[in-house]
Amino acid sequence: MNIMTDSKSLRGFQKHIGIENVSRRSVVKALGLAGGFVLAAPVLSRPALAAYETGADKMPHGVVIDPRVFVAIAPDGTVTILAHRAEMGTGVRTSLPLIVAEEMEADWSRVRVEQAHGDEVKYGNQDTDGSRSTRHYLMPMRQIGASARAMLEAAAAKRLGVPVSEVKAVNHEIVHGASGRKLGFGELAADAAKEAVPSPASLKLKDAKDFRYLGKGAISMVDLRDITVGAARYGADVRLPGMKYAVIARPPVTGGKLVSFDASEATKVSGVEKVMEVQGWPWPSKFQPLGGVAVIARNTGAAIKGRAALKITWDDGANAKYESVAYRAELEDAARKPGLVVRKEGDVDSALKSADKVITGEYYLPHFAHVSMEPPVAVADVKGDKAEIWAPVQSPGGTREDVAKTLGIPEDNVTVNVTLLGGGFGRKSKCDYALEAALLSKALGAPVKVQWTREDDVRHDFLHTVSVERIEAGLDKNGKVIAWRHRSVAPSIASTFAPNTVHEASFELGMGLVDMPFEIANIQCENPEATAHTRIGWFRSVSNIPHAFAVQSMVGEIAHATGRDQKDMLLELIGSPRIIDLSSVKDLWNYGEPYASYPIDTARLRRVVELVAEKGEWGRSVPKGHGLGIAVHRSFVSYIATIVEVAVDDKGKLTVPRVDTAIDCGTYVNPERIQSQLEGCAIMGLSLAKYGEITFKDGKVQQGNFDDFPLLRIDEAPLVTNVHIVPPGPDTPPSGVGEPGLPPFAPALINAIFAATGKRIRNLPIGKQLET
Amino acid sequence: MIKVRINGQEQSWDGDPSLPLLWFLRDEVGLTGTKFGCGIAACGACTVMVDKAATRACITAVSDVDGRDVTTIEGLHPTGDHPVQKAWRQVNVPQCGFCQAGQIMQAAALLIDNPKPSHDQIREAMSGNICRCGCYQRIENAIHLASTGV
Ligand code: FES
Ligand code: FES
Repeated sequence: MNIMTDSKSLRGFQKHIGIENVSRRSVVKALGLAGGFVLAAPVLSRPALAAYETGADKMPHGVVIDPRVFVAIAPDGTVTILAHRAEMGTGVRTSLPLIVAEEMEADWSRVRVEQAHGDEVKYGNQDTDGSRSTRHYLMPMRQIGASARAMLEAAAAKRLGVPVSEVKAVNHEIVHGASGRKLGFGELAADAAKEAVPSPASLKLKDAKDFRYLGKGAISMVDLRDITVGAARYGADVRLPGMKYAVIARPPVTGGKLVSFDASEATKVSGVEKVMEVQGWPWPSKFQPLGGVAVIARNTGAAIKGRAALKITWDDGANAKYESVAYRAELEDAARKPGLVVRKEGDVDSALKSADKVITGEYYLPHFAHVSMEPPVAVADVKGDKAEIWAPVQSPGGTREDVAKTLGIPEDNVTVNVTLLGGGFGRKSKCDYALEAALLSKALGAPVKVQWTREDDVRHDFLHTVSVERIEAGLDKNGKVIAWRHRSVAPSIASTFAPNTVHEASFELGMGLVDMPFEIANIQCENPEATAHTRIGWFRSVSNIPHAFAVQSMVGEIAHATGRDQKDMLLELIGSPRIIDLSSVKDLWNYGEPYASYPIDTARLRRVVELVAEKGEWGRSVPKGHGLGIAVHRSFVSYIATIVEVAVDDKGKLTVPRVDTAIDCGTYVNPERIQSQLEGCAIMGLSLAKYGEITFKDGKVQQGNFDDFPLLRIDEAPLVTNVHIVPPGPDTPPSGVGEPGLPPFAPALINAIFAATGKRIRNLPIGKQLET
Repeated sequence: MIKVRINGQEQSWDGDPSLPLLWFLRDEVGLTGTKFGCGIAACGACTVMVDKAATRACITAVSDVDGRDVTTIEGLHPTGDHPVQKAWRQVNVPQCGFCQAGQIMQAAALLIDNPKPSHDQIREAMSGNICRCGCYQRIENAIHLASTGV
């Protein structure tokens, strides 16, 4: 088996395909050893105590494990813990510090969380994407907490004149059991700071049975109160003295350029101060700005009004003919012919030939836009060769690098302040909006906020890909599946970085195509060519959406064709409990994780199916017009199964009375947030299945706002979503939660619609397909 | 000169009278709790109360609120303990939180009109407020809780 050594974070990926060539990991190590502290032991470069290995140290800048970087204790006992990942609703800003607090025996009510700015040399990798934060940081955060606890205990033992083995941290105090003497964390803070950071081997982690917070009930997010009183600060809420407000008119076609503009009407608008060109980068432009014309004003409303009065001539460039109907036909055509073979076991051609029956399903999934509730926005203040940024970014470290490169200044001169994110879903992994603000602030010599309108967001997104998935399943005369050919055709995210990209990257193929877990003798996965004509980007759960949609819809189709129960069919295809051998796949991405600690374990896959079937009462009788559907998918190294109940009335109106989802995400931190993520995935899944579609004509996105790109509203939401969490085994490594809830939802829904109506939906969105 | 009371404090404006209230609040007055989500009255993120009625600030001109009372999320309750706010915290409603000021203002306005809304009435009244993160189940539960006493 050949496992990619590059973990394929956004930047890991850029580096891998040779777009960026920075050897940063070696830099980190050097700085770690020679940093500002006198350390008795080197900063741990990896989770030395972990019972399992993760891909964390292969991310750009790896992992930093140092209590002095992440924890501060004030004389009054207040413990401040740094959150170095970005908060966009997953609760990570709460859960990572909570892990530290747990392990150091801090009282959570006396903990303050502070947001780290973008500095990966100091904090290690900060890319908040790929559903990685808990799986990469559970153990490092425990080690940080355990180190802090050991330093406090050492200081207390000295103060009390007793052996360190006689003292113990208990709820924000160090207690000497024999004498009953106690010293608070605050009293010990100064002395503890002088203690050596303990060696990894000497650290003793808490026994799981002593946990007070980890894996227990509901811990509210630290920002909860602020959110409910309007005090939470998002990127859009940053205000600086003398700050200007800007909106930008960008080329309507990806790769287009500005030819000329007339600002005479725009500058007459009350409140407009200036109109100027913004630099754009040639296609494919990575995360660099698209360029265009900026209107600078005293408030956002004036800037928007001024922009509407601009007269602009664009050169639409090479993508001016991009048209969704024709493009779909191209993809379908490609899917019907052989393509690059990316997985091959047995001999699929002869097996299909000899099959008693071949079932073919061709599925189409359109582009989706992220439309986080907070559209992209950033504030920049550039003074001379220094830049300060305030922005809702998933990639604070990457933003810092890109701002430095774009302005031509050293990275050390760039400060990136990470605000709360009003939703991210992958859009805010790409910092083009922060770069725009930096360029404008530099040009104006004043702080600038660049606000994207919703139309800007929808029309200039890094869209979810568009794809045709074609599966042929060959059955023998007993109805057993003996052949499986899956062709996936979709423009790749790699096209945003490298010209002439025509194949999905290994990290896309590894999201549900080549890692398909069924026990079938003859399997072939192919990837015919597709060329991108717009910016394609990571969208929550990425290529898992189309791949899982096709695979799990096909299971429903086979079950129907063979007259079997969907769940039984699914379990039969998954086959025996085993660790899958994927040595036939040349480049198995596996979400950047070592296969040894994160293999594809069909016992776990079966378990979530069985759990959801039990808790979700699979097979229950439902009223006429209702139907049940099921789907399962492993993504971000977690296992998720979902049952959807639908009701379709005689006019074709679709409602969802009930959803059940079971997740096995290994060891977990805050079940309350797991539940909320999965409730959210049911909503987002239903939204994209029902409505989500971005289309192009003459190279331009045809939608712009919630009137023509509708999202699911509360009156269409599932009546109830039940979440069932598999209790972790001892030492089961943690795995992803933010994304994996999404992929199984749409196929479970579509299988349910089939059960209710006999109509098989193969093209998303559902739109009017059910109307009669 | 336009004069408007915002959270009980008088504010004046002599700029463009057609400026949307949203940008007046956020950029000119500095009350950033009210959010921008669409600008076309399609998402509810900008919901405030004008004389106790839920209003979309993004399509309301400053001149429309001349002489009137505007309440934003910052002014909903002096200590942030309006029953809706308390219920929101008890149920752990938010994910990213960006839509929540608008949701809370809409819910508070609903309870003024209808102190004990039914399931269908809640869904109807809240259907103008989008939550991209998908907190709808909890929003509904929190409104039930607020209406029955937190
Ligand atoms: S911003 Fe006003 S309704 Fe969306
Ligand atoms: S909580 Fe994120 S949009 Fe509602």
